[in-house]
Amino acid sequence: MADTMIEVAGVKKAFGTTKALCGVDLAADRAKVLGLLGPNGAGKTTLVRILATLLLPDEGSARIAGLDVVRDADAVRPIIGLAGQYAAVDETLTGRENLELVGRLYHLGRPEVRRRADEVLERFSLTGAADRQVKTYSGGMRRRLDLGASLVANPPVLILDEPTTGLDPRSRVEMWGFIETLVADGTTILLTTQYLDEADRLAHRIVVIDYGKVIAEGTSDQLKDQLGGDVVELRVASPGDLDKALAAIAELGDGKPQVDAEYGRLTLPAKGGPATLMAAARRLDESDITLEDLSLRRPSLDDVFMALTGHSAGADGSDGDEPQPADDAGGGRRGTT
Amino acid sequence: MTATVTTAPALRRARPITPLVAVGDIAAIARRNLLRVARTPQLLVFSTIQPVMFVLLFRYVFGGAIHTPGSTYVDYLMAGIFVQTTLFGGAQTAVGLAEDLRGGIVDRFRSLPMARSAVLAGRTFADLARNVFVLALMVIVATGVGFRFHNGAVPSFVAMIVVLAFGYAFSWVFAYIGMVVKEPETAQVAGFIPLFPLVFASSAFVPVASMPGWLQGFARVQPVSVTVNAVRALTQGGPIYHWLWQMIVWTGLILVVFVPLAVARYRRI
Ligand SMILES: Nc1ncnc2c1ncn2[C@@H]1O[C@H](COP(=O)(O)OP(=O)(O)O)[C@@H](O)[C@H]1O
Ligand SMILES: [Mg+2]
Repeated sequence: MADTMIEVAGVKKAFGTTKALCGVDLAADRAKVLGLLGPNGAGKTTLVRILATLLLPDEGSARIAGLDVVRDADAVRPIIGLAGQYAAVDETLTGRENLELVGRLYHLGRPEVRRRADEVLERFSLTGAADRQVKTYSGGMRRRLDLGASLVANPPVLILDEPTTGLDPRSRVEMWGFIETLVADGTTILLTTQYLDEADRLAHRIVVIDYGKVIAEGTSDQLKDQLGGDVVELRVASPGDLDKALAAIAELGDGKPQVDAEYGRLTLPAKGGPATLMAAARRLDESDITLEDLSLRRPSLDDVFMALTGHSAGADGSDGDEPQPADDAGGGRRGTT
Repeated sequence: MTATVTTAPALRRARPITPLVAVGDIAAIARRNLLRVARTPQLLVFSTIQPVMFVLLFRYVFGGAIHTPGSTYVDYLMAGIFVQTTLFGGAQTAVGLAEDLRGGIVDRFRSLPMARSAVLAGRTFADLARNVFVLALMVIVATGVGFRFHNGAVPSFVAMIVVLAFGYAFSWVFAYIGMVVKEPETAQVAGFIPLFPLVFASSAFVPVASMPGWLQGFARVQPVSVTVNAVRALTQGGPIYHWLWQMIVWTGLILVVFVPLAVARYRRI
């Protein structure tokens, strides 16, 4: 059944002079993951807050299961679960108390609250820590509890705002596993992320936003096809050679080459595939450039983002442990998260 | 185990927020806040040290210089201390709410199908319960430094109710402040801004007659003074109803203004 569970049409929201959303449209089908991909400050959290009935849009409409998030907010709340960008759990309560509190506030009956809390603890491997105060939890455990709290009432629609930001790689992969089983059970998920690999892995459809506008949309493969073919990627041995390499092969590409100075890396859209690779190899050889690596590959979402926006996703890199490779000198995105 | 979890989620119908449902929500939030208090006893200890210091300060340092006709200073002072203690304790409401806002837990609560008033009401009721505890402690301290209830058990009991009721109404002022300033550190400071003039330019610690004329007008009618006077009359004797009805009007006014203000703020935060 492919009916639409989340529907956003022409939503605008400004904070003073900051236009956080400038007319966003999107739709998510039942039991699918819609990935909302964008760098810091793109407007992801703003859209999440509107969908979760926390913020009123200035213009446009948003519906969940056909219910308007403004007019029918009271009817929307029982059917959504929200896990925000920061784990919204009470540090001084135990894991179980946190879940039971949320269950009671969803107005589940007492026995059901207890049963659901046990199930969620079990599901997120928190049974052993259930009766410990959350302040003793690791970051990964907190995130799991936070996601668990949004699942206590088994809501058909889940809204997850950057569920893996700040997690170590292992907890991240674990979180992906949980999200995948939820979808398999029929939950519709809107997931925001700055990470291309995350959207690639989890999302059935991806909506790319930047500066409050949708700049691309489709499946991961469709987005990659927008680049129209493969990508030649090379890494030079000494950073000084990067400019020389760029000069040597720039005209072979079918688009703007991207330079990543930090890693001595250069990527070039190459519709010609192997022929372009061979030509590049010859020219680089003639120019006496020593390479660490030269390859032809399918474009990644990072290449797509680069091609669409002229800058890499997640360029802000504010919280340190970003699992995705850094980008070129593009640098300063807008401030807050 | 997993078998029960894997049932496909169903569309849950909204349950209308009847008063009974709202009471349940308020109780759940109040319980959560009281658990927090119980699990950080050091906070409770520190929040009682300050009022005890005020008792000692006024009783033994300033007290000798303050002349109170008709009663000893310690008997005069304690009505003021009781009211001051519950008011200063209420500033915790602002701080606690601002902390919840910053932590994101208010976002979670607002996304849940719970009563819109529950987060604030639960918080103020939890603070009321904490005030009952702190006030009981202050009565013990007061007795230790020579304070006595001179007016019988029932008026003294009513005096305690008056103190708590006024403190409760004021915690809605603090709830509103907490929702407006949003930063716990700012909330701490901002909470004291209305408190200082109200508590110190009042009959809490010194007779209003000892103030300059221009201040007396304000000091006589403002809510802290009339509440302190009511408590003083109830514990020491004197005209009770004259102050009590004014205290009731002020308490009602504060609630009527600040409950809707704070709840409206919560809806749109
Ligand atoms: N409450 C707010 N007040 C003012 N500006 C805000 C507020 N919330 C978000 N913004 C601004 O709106 C833009 C989008 O923010 P946000 O939705 O948080 O982006 P993202 O979640 O994609 O990082 C940013 O420029 C941000 O600074
Ligand atoms: Mg965000």
